[in-house]
Amino acid sequence: MKKKNVNSTSALKVMEERDINKVSSSQKVAKVFGQIGVYAFLGIMALIVLFPFYFMIISSLKSLEEYRLAVPTLIPQAWKFQNYTDILIPYEWAEANGWVGTVVSYDAVNNNFDLFTLFRNTMFVGIVSTIFSVVITVLSAFAFARLEFKGKNVLFAALLGTMMIPGELFTITNYATVMTKDGWFPNFFNGLGNMFGAFGPDFQLPMVDSSYAALIIPFLVSVFYIYLLRQNFLQIPNELYLAAKVDGTSDIKYLWKVMIPLALPTIISITILKMMGAWNSYMWPRLVANDEAHRLITNGLRNAFSDVSGNTDYPRQMAAVALVSIPLFLVFIFLRKYIMKGVSRSGIKG
Amino acid sequence: MKVVLQNLTKIFPSRSKKAGEEVIAVNDFTLEIPDGKLIGLLGPSGCGKSTTLYMISGLQKPSGGKIFFGDDDVTDLSAENRGIGLVFQNYALYPHMTVKQNIMFPLQNLKGADKLTKEEMIDRAYYAAKLVQIDNLMERKPSELSGGQQQRVAIARALVKMPKVLLLDEPLSNLDARLRLQTREEIRRIQKETGITTIFVTHDQEEAMSISDMIVVMKLGVVQQTGKPQEIYDNPTNLFVAKFLGTPPINVFNGKVENGTLYIGNDAVLNVGDVADQDVWVGVRPEGFTPDENGGLVCNLNNIEVMGRDVSVVSTHEASVNPIVRSIINTDNKIDGSSETIKYTLKPHKVFIFNKETEERIYFEVK
Repeated sequence: MKKKNVNSTSALKVMEERDINKVSSSQKVAKVFGQIGVYAFLGIMALIVLFPFYFMIISSLKSLEEYRLAVPTLIPQAWKFQNYTDILIPYEWAEANGWVGTVVSYDAVNNNFDLFTLFRNTMFVGIVSTIFSVVITVLSAFAFARLEFKGKNVLFAALLGTMMIPGELFTITNYATVMTKDGWFPNFFNGLGNMFGAFGPDFQLPMVDSSYAALIIPFLVSVFYIYLLRQNFLQIPNELYLAAKVDGTSDIKYLWKVMIPLALPTIISITILKMMGAWNSYMWPRLVANDEAHRLITNGLRNAFSDVSGNTDYPRQMAAVALVSIPLFLVFIFLRKYIMKGVSRSGIKG
Repeated sequence: MKVVLQNLTKIFPSRSKKAGEEVIAVNDFTLEIPDGKLIGLLGPSGCGKSTTLYMISGLQKPSGGKIFFGDDDVTDLSAENRGIGLVFQNYALYPHMTVKQNIMFPLQNLKGADKLTKEEMIDRAYYAAKLVQIDNLMERKPSELSGGQQQRVAIARALVKMPKVLLLDEPLSNLDARLRLQTREEIRRIQKETGITTIFVTHDQEEAMSISDMIVVMKLGVVQQTGKPQEIYDNPTNLFVAKFLGTPPINVFNGKVENGTLYIGNDAVLNVGDVADQDVWVGVRPEGFTPDENGGLVCNLNNIEVMGRDVSVVSTHEASVNPIVRSIINTDNKIDGSSETIKYTLKPHKVFIFNKETEERIYFEVK
């Protein structure tokens, strides 16, 4: 009797285990299929996103003839690495070293792409505008978050209101404000550059003139970043400010020692986004700085590869685009955590 | 350093333009705090005790009155120049700094002749940390500490610049019961060791009575009574103070005085001498009851809670303002738990009578 009992319980146990295994195996199958579905979707999306980059790279390695084929090839028939050397090595230098026809192409002489100048201009504008912009953003966000002054809320609402106006609308008025011949920008900044005339009649401070000023100054203030950082500052508890007061700090020291360290992730996001914005800007630089000395990289890429008859040398242009993308690519690889944070907080920008 | 508050007043203006909506948070507060004492500011929430503390610290400007540290008028001095230490209810530690950096922070802001070298700062920080026994946690971040440890860091940060006055805003309210008991003794010890005049704010009367040299009871911005904890307990000036101090709370009855005799309901309980005939509030401390077969006060007995040394007798009386009458009785008195009623005589010095309208104390002589 007792034995039978034991048998029946063990049989029950076996059945139970089988049921459990059944459930878990069917769950496993569902999970695997789910995973396959998810990864397939992600893979397809990644292909869609990556295809333009792939096309840029293969195009940059084709000859112009191959590029112009009615049915584009997905892998170059002949790899033309000279597209890169043509734009990296100045023609005179190649000629002096006897590299023409080997390291660089015969027609590289037609190149008017000056990578170094474009790069230097863009870096200068990007770094200067980012530094000033971050300083302005931090100080104004602090004022709106922490200080008490008359009309604070009205002023902040007015600033937010400006976000409703699309940038294209005030491009022309901005241009009229800063770049007319007798406007204060040309007068003031060219004068500033000539201030040290004592060093010689032609002495001009490097990188100080109205074109650079026009590239940098109109976009120093970003209401959106001020708003973003203000919200971040507001989350810092009031008691920390009071404690710091009791501990003997001034407002500015509190900002520097407590608020900035606490809001550092947001500030880094802002810095990166601003830098990327400066690197990618196109329309405004084309309006205010469309000459050899001041041209930025985006405009340089657009202009440099068209000959007089209007034909564009796309493979070399693509090679240049690929080179120019590298810094942004590196920034994205190494700082993507902060970029994602900035993007997900803003919800729209990127 | 002694601290003197002279007619201190704080009025918060009304939010809307309508007149008369302003809030008087602190009204005409005058107090002299002797050097090296521990003072408890006690009152229910919203009574202006924290506002008073913030005015002493300089974080809020008084609307009227003056504050003196010693003989110096500091009323118009801003918080950063006042040289006080303040511990906040939520500690307000800088989350991105280590314990050591937190404690050193006030020292880094010293200017002029007070400026310290890095070594001196570290020495001072370790001295303060040892005082509150956290010198083994110096490299941790606040998020890696328990509530009690964070609290000690906050105290160390307040003490490190050797303030003239130490202010504590509800320092124990975020701690659990056991830690609270331990920390309040700790605060007492540190205060005695350093001899810094300390003012602390609490709504917990037990906390205030247990460690203060002197307590100040406040209600709606007005000081009700100032004195040593035992004096206030034994001699409350009005019904509010009597009700606020003591656990279990005082028993309050509707009563009247007729021909020199005090009545609770219809029970004649005490001879109060030459007090004029009137309706009164009668307050009786739980320890003021003595069971007595011939006692005047007759209560309906509910139950008896045994606590070992004493018993707590729960009864009801139709004149009682509280739903129950609770008395604490020494176990030497045998009480018949099966009886329907219990009779008490009252100890005269544990009985307070208060004016029915003003709730002010009416003093009487026991004959």
